[in-house]
Amino acid sequence: MQNIDWERFGPMLTQAAGETLYMVGIAVVVGGFFGLLIGLGLYLTRPGNLLENRLVYTLLNVAINIVRPLPFLIFVVALGPVTRLVVNRIIGIEAFTFAMCVVAAFASARLVEQNLVSIDPGVVEAARAMGASPWRIVRTVLVREALSPLILGYTFLVVGVVDMSALGGFLGAGGLGDLAIVHGYRQFNWSITYVVVAVIVIGVQLVQMVGNWLSRRIAGR
Amino acid sequence: MSVPIISFRAALKVFPAAGKRPEVRAVDGVTFDILAGEIFGVIGHSGAGKSTLVRLINALEKPTAGSVIVDGIDLGGLSESKLRPMRAGIGMIFQQFNLLQSRTVAGNVAYPLEVAGWPRARRRKRVAELLEYVGLSDKAKARPRQLSGGQRQRVGIARALAASPRILLADEATSALDPETTRDVLELLKRINRELGVTVVVITHAMSLVRHVCDRVAVMAEGKIAEIGDTYSVFTSPSAEVTKRLVETALSDRPSASMLERLRTQHPGRLITVGVHDNAAPASVSPSAEIFGLLRQYNVDATVIYGTITEIGERPFGSLTIEITSDPGNLSAIDRAVNALAAIAPVADHGAVIAALPTFTGRQLLSGLPAAPAIYTPSGEEPQ
Ligand SMILES: Nc1ncnc2c1ncn2[C@@H]1O[C@H](COP(=O)(O)OP(=O)(O)OP(=O)(O)O)[C@@H](O)[C@H]1O
Ligand SMILES: [Mg+2]
Repeated sequence: MQNIDWERFGPMLTQAAGETLYMVGIAVVVGGFFGLLIGLGLYLTRPGNLLENRLVYTLLNVAINIVRPLPFLIFVVALGPVTRLVVNRIIGIEAFTFAMCVVAAFASARLVEQNLVSIDPGVVEAARAMGASPWRIVRTVLVREALSPLILGYTFLVVGVVDMSALGGFLGAGGLGDLAIVHGYRQFNWSITYVVVAVIVIGVQLVQMVGNWLSRRIAGR
Repeated sequence: MSVPIISFRAALKVFPAAGKRPEVRAVDGVTFDILAGEIFGVIGHSGAGKSTLVRLINALEKPTAGSVIVDGIDLGGLSESKLRPMRAGIGMIFQQFNLLQSRTVAGNVAYPLEVAGWPRARRRKRVAELLEYVGLSDKAKARPRQLSGGQRQRVGIARALAASPRILLADEATSALDPETTRDVLELLKRINRELGVTVVVITHAMSLVRHVCDRVAVMAEGKIAEIGDTYSVFTSPSAEVTKRLVETALSDRPSASMLERLRTQHPGRLITVGVHDNAAPASVSPSAEIFGLLRQYNVDATVIYGTITEIGERPFGSLTIEITSDPGNLSAIDRAVNALAAIAPVADHGAVIAALPTFTGRQLLSGLPAAPAIYTPSGEEPQ
């Protein structure tokens, strides 16, 4: 184990952590938000549901099935032209974060859909019988009834997004993963690698704990 | 009382074929009225179209053809956004209660009031009132999953009543409850009908439920109304085949052929099955008291060996299978007693095995009362 020159490494670690936080935060919030919309769309347009629409349902389904199984790096590359359109460049942290958002959206869409499907359709029926509008049903029945498992799902999403962010070095986006590879692994400095690992593990643990606690609280158990 | 509040006019609901599933005519052109203030039963076997029929009332389903008129408004002419306030004015309770797990009991009852845009303070007051009415004030803060089935259904009822509906729809509302809880819930529905004047539509496949609560009943089979009428007459003189079977299984008041044979081994005397209706008896005399009073006059001994007497709409109904015996010197009295009985109530004579007597196996003595013959039409269970 080598000694760590904290003078030099300290600021590097802070900056990398900040970059990871930025990528992960945006991907979870923005990707998660669109994932919620796509998941709701998928659920609502499902045959027999409130806004049944075979075309929209099929399109969303196909899109998810294309994006999800693709290896992340390959997707980032393939998304290049779209990335350029949206963030005006194809390398750097913004470009990489954009790709992360897209993948996070499709991944969480499936997660949202699965949690909505498990809601008792009788409850939706009851709300409809009480004169609730579809939008009210989405807010007060669907999202609310599925909230506790949804939070667990989103906690899981954070872990997946952290995983993606480790590849940030590929587009020059930096982040903890990049730090561990460039300054740890490639320079045979295992100490640095393990410090980075520790930071990531602790961060993920914290998120997991908060998620579990929130989910339990909302379930009212 | 006799003003229609819900009218079906040639109402048709067809679920189109999809994939391998053929087209289903769930409600097949029905025309009838449900009257304001009554408790109306819809009964029929699984798949008869009962749920679809009530879902037409609050427009959860739209008729394929024909019309459904509620409170003078033809639902067919309304857009989805106009239908919502209509739905809010019709309460509905469900077999599986369908409560929101994410809300407390009070939160569930408040839901329809939120939909109707009530301010918070008024909501809170109304919720307290409703929970009081269904006897769950102490459970306001509980979650649905912490309640028993009966309590959950009472929350469902409080929720359904929240917006003061004129109509309450109950789709198999007691099917998931035990008999005692079922009775409590039915009493509550009756109370709501009586005290609040709410028209209640009860769907069930249990005839026993209908006979306790319903003023009138429609029997559904294959999407059609097989029979409709006041509960007592549908019960006592069913005309449709499906109704007869439902009544038979509901009462099981008459011995089957094999039961009769077993009874016979222990009871060699004259066996008759006599219908207990209140049609003929004066109000002051119970029909069974009348039967036994008459038998006493002929100086014969009578023992009840099988039977059920129950209430339908608070009037007695059922039948008793009786063994009649007498002193050997007085055997003809039995004949005279049976004949006299046949004049006041429907009697099926199963005969006797005493050698000295002529046997009347299978002879049917019908009283000739207008309401009587139906249960005595020979069925598979009658000795032929
Ligand atoms: N949404 C639907 N799509 C297709 N077919 C349907 C739909 N809803 C009901 N059906 C069919 O319509 C028929 C009547 O159904 P319905 O639920 O009204 O019967 P029911 O009398 O309430 O039966 P149960 O006692 O089992 O509840 C059935 O054959 C059923 O399969
Ligand atoms: Mg049903």
